[in-house]
Amino acid sequence: MEHVELFFKSIFIDNMVFAVFLGMCSYLAVSKKVSTAVGLGAAVIFVLGVTVPLNWLLDQYLLQDGALAWLGPEYADYNLSFLSFILFIATIATMVQLVEIVVEKFSPALYNSLGIFLPLIAVNCAILGGSLFMQAREIPSFALALNYGISSGIGWFLAILAIAAIREKIRYSNVPAPLRGLGITFIITGLMGIGFQSFGGMLTGDNEPPEGTVPTTAEKAIEEKEIKKEIEEDEKAVSYNDVINE
Amino acid sequence: MALLSKKDANLILDPLADNNPITIQVLGICSALAITAELKASVVMAISVIFVMGIGNVVISLMRNIMPSKIRIIVQLVVIAALVIVVDQVLKAYAYDLSKTLSVFVGLIITNCIIMGRFEAFALGNGIWRSFLDGIGNALGYGVILIMVGFFRELLGSGTLFGIPVLGDPIAKTGLYSIGYENNGFMIIPPAALIVVGVIIWVQRSRNRALIEEA
Repeated sequence: MEHVELFFKSIFIDNMVFAVFLGMCSYLAVSKKVSTAVGLGAAVIFVLGVTVPLNWLLDQYLLQDGALAWLGPEYADYNLSFLSFILFIATIATMVQLVEIVVEKFSPALYNSLGIFLPLIAVNCAILGGSLFMQAREIPSFALALNYGISSGIGWFLAILAIAAIREKIRYSNVPAPLRGLGITFIITGLMGIGFQSFGGMLTGDNEPPEGTVPTTAEKAIEEKEIKKEIEEDEKAVSYNDVINE
Repeated sequence: MALLSKKDANLILDPLADNNPITIQVLGICSALAITAELKASVVMAISVIFVMGIGNVVISLMRNIMPSKIRIIVQLVVIAALVIVVDQVLKAYAYDLSKTLSVFVGLIITNCIIMGRFEAFALGNGIWRSFLDGIGNALGYGVILIMVGFFRELLGSGTLFGIPVLGDPIAKTGLYSIGYENNGFMIIPPAALIVVGVIIWVQRSRNRALIEEA
């Protein structure tokens, strides 16, 4: 159950593009045609699916506070978490290079469709972001980390596929000249993001509100005031009725 | 401008407007949008990027002749990651709340395409001083957009600037709120940042027709 929940949550609610804006650079640059968008999207799913679980292992057995305890009790006091940025990015860069070499060797067909995007991906914020969010949210198990990597990749894939399809169509529309290209893409993405916000109501299980919707203190104060007012009005109404009855 | 020749001054001034990294080069958008709901976070992010880019460009420029081009991407990533760790640790030590707000986005400066983009496009082919100016200039251009977006989102969304109420008190109905003004909660949600940047691009390109893209 928690797998299903995490799967849908990372695709729709915490969508990489619409909720946290990760991987926007390649999202904007490579979304002019559906076919290239599909290639890049598939590569992102693949690389996220490989690097997030790998970095989970690194985090669990090397970086976390006390993670070195498996080496012996004298290592239990070390906290190497300040090294996570450099280790995560090194893992990602080497994995991407490795995957490129392996794919080129064993599946030239796949390499031709996916290969040119692989170097681009090393510096895609969605990949590093996946690992950093995995660390920040303290995902508890290897299987869940794998799930998180793949499902957030699918979320990114859906987003770039959708914007590429829209951009192919929008060429036939009469967009105001200064908005053409980049400007209109930004605004469409914003509107799609608002659409995706409505998935926030889909949260299952625990009642934790999605990030960004936590009411501010000002809003809370207003709410409390309104509730008080209502209670007072109710009291007034009651006393009024009582008077009539008497 | 005795300090800077005209050519050098342009390195700083160009990215501020007509060659802005965000609105024209389309680099570094990822981190630009997520943290701009508050002005304070935007300013800190801008300063961090200025620091990382200024120093990073100098380091890469120093190493440009001894670095084998095959492994340059990894070398660049390591240089940036080291600088970002410094920023992250400083923020954690002196502005803990803020580093909580920025959460993973400090780490994402590493994959900010502006930095890699400028390393590749400029620092690999130019001397130290010019690379430094280019780094500072582009980071400033990035910061200007960040601060603009942060300013509008915080002002219209919460009625505050740097957390200080400027439009009156929404609960006690003073200032603008006394005549029926309401905060636009829409500006706080993440997608609003995209729309604000879209409008900035629109305004900039209507003022300078040369920047309009061929559809």
